[in-house]
Amino acid sequence: MIIKGKAWKFGDQISTDHIAPGRLFHLRSNLPELAKHVLEDARPEFAGQVKAGDFVVGGRNFGLGSSREHAPIIIKMAGVGAVLAQSFARIFFRNAINVGLPVVIVDTDSIEEGDELEVNLGAGKVINRTKGKTLTFPPLPAVMTRILDDGGLIAHVHKCGDIKLD
Amino acid sequence: MGKTMVERIIGQHAGREVSAGEIVVAQVDLCLAQDGTGPLAVRQMQKLGLTKVANPENVVFFLDHASPSPRRELSNDHRFLREFAARTGIRVSDLGEGISHQVMSERYTRPGAILIGADSHTCTGGALGAFATGMGSTDVAIGIALGKTWLRVPESVKVQVNGALPRRVYAKDLMLHIIGLLGSDGADYQSLEFCGDTIRALGMSERMVLSNMAVEAGAKCGLIASDEVTRSFLAEQGRAKDFCSIGPDPDASYERTLEIDATSLRPMVSLPHTVDNVKPVDHADVVGTKIDQVFVGTCTNGRLEDLRLLARMLRGKRKHPDTRLIVVPASKKVFLAALKEGVIETLLEAGALVNSPGCGPCVGVHCGVLADGECCLSTANRNFKGRMGNPEAFIYLASPATAAASALKGEIADPREVT
Repeated sequence: MIIKGKAWKFGDQISTDHIAPGRLFHLRSNLPELAKHVLEDARPEFAGQVKAGDFVVGGRNFGLGSSREHAPIIIKMAGVGAVLAQSFARIFFRNAINVGLPVVIVDTDSIEEGDELEVNLGAGKVINRTKGKTLTFPPLPAVMTRILDDGGLIAHVHKCGDIKLD
Repeated sequence: MGKTMVERIIGQHAGREVSAGEIVVAQVDLCLAQDGTGPLAVRQMQKLGLTKVANPENVVFFLDHASPSPRRELSNDHRFLREFAARTGIRVSDLGEGISHQVMSERYTRPGAILIGADSHTCTGGALGAFATGMGSTDVAIGIALGKTWLRVPESVKVQVNGALPRRVYAKDLMLHIIGLLGSDGADYQSLEFCGDTIRALGMSERMVLSNMAVEAGAKCGLIASDEVTRSFLAEQGRAKDFCSIGPDPDASYERTLEIDATSLRPMVSLPHTVDNVKPVDHADVVGTKIDQVFVGTCTNGRLEDLRLLARMLRGKRKHPDTRLIVVPASKKVFLAALKEGVIETLLEAGALVNSPGCGPCVGVHCGVLADGECCLSTANRNFKGRMGNPEAFIYLASPATAAASALKGEIADPREVT
């Protein structure tokens, strides 16, 4: 799968409170409304301006904190093609795969705000069209690739009737 | 090669020996979800067309974050969870019963078990010797539906703590110190195994602080081998039969070892806006910071021992007139015991406001939201921007003793200086 879009740069340690804050707890059963506030406490202009296919580009430990799966869900609902970061918090990473949001562990230092990126998940490549630079990333563990390919964990279990590791 | 504690527990649930790095499917003993994550978990199960769950008596829905509900949307979520639970046989721990992690420890979590929870602080159960870890709603939905989950067996970090904790220094200070050393992702995807004579000497309430905050260093779990403290804690809950002996093999292999001399520790404070931004209380950036609100409660430090300590330090005194003091017991059991002992009376007389058991102000839903620019000293586990409901506010994390000292002085104060 190849995804093309523009980079939205975020810093280190973007927490799930930045992405889906507790003060909007009451919107968790109204995801379209919650999605209007995605990442609001990190960059208030993001939700209103993000375009389909754009990338959220974080630094270290993206998605730390609460297990709220609403966080990756509303990033996906905003049209984001993938989240790129130097590292991810464990629960967020797993949640993202489960809801079908691609997450890429790659050195994001050289990516700047607004860079035009092309992400090839299968080949493990991020091509920065603006900088003329290609970054590589290791493939996901097989079980995660399978879940992502099946369209998330629910679709995977629906298809296989069970959790299949191979 | 010997097994670490997490390898032993996961192996026992995967039906074979396992080693760090392997990906396995494991049987799940206990599942929990709360009012913020449960509705999504239920909707995911409904997408699969499931009307039955694998082991409903081992699944608990906790209505603890919005307890009691401040808004109609959340009241509707509560009803949705109660109705699904009634149809499937899932247990409900309703409003006022307490925070999931506290109630799980009182009633359900047992050594050697696997507990998955749609709440990141599910790792609290590691204090009882369970492999307990937080996951998202969908993972927990599948755990509830099928009674199993997939796991990557984590590498382990041995956290060896020796020596007696100095006066007015607690497990909270130790854990903030550890998180400061490791960083918020220093133990990412790994298991922390706490051991050493300091850990053996800690009561269950203090052990739960360590396991609870393991996730703040990125860890998947924070485990403590079961021992006589575990046995007597379970006996006090009327669950003596739930005890079993579980720990690492003597020749287990660790990714690394962190050695800490407890005698050298000081009261620690985590500064806004990340938990790993840790400094000693007497540091110039910390001591003397004006505090508008002190909050004592949560799954980290809302237990009877914490409230007793707070009451002991406030007895016969009044909180600072410019500082609010909010106290929320972690469970109804804690609340009742604190009432019977006169702890609540002492706190009220000292100027505290006491709310009913639940997550309280920690999660920013209601009951203690800060004003713009205000500072709160909290005994909770997170100080992220916006965590307590206002992204323009500042949260400092510390022990209940530091909370007591700060409530008296109206600014962050060193608990060692309070008589």
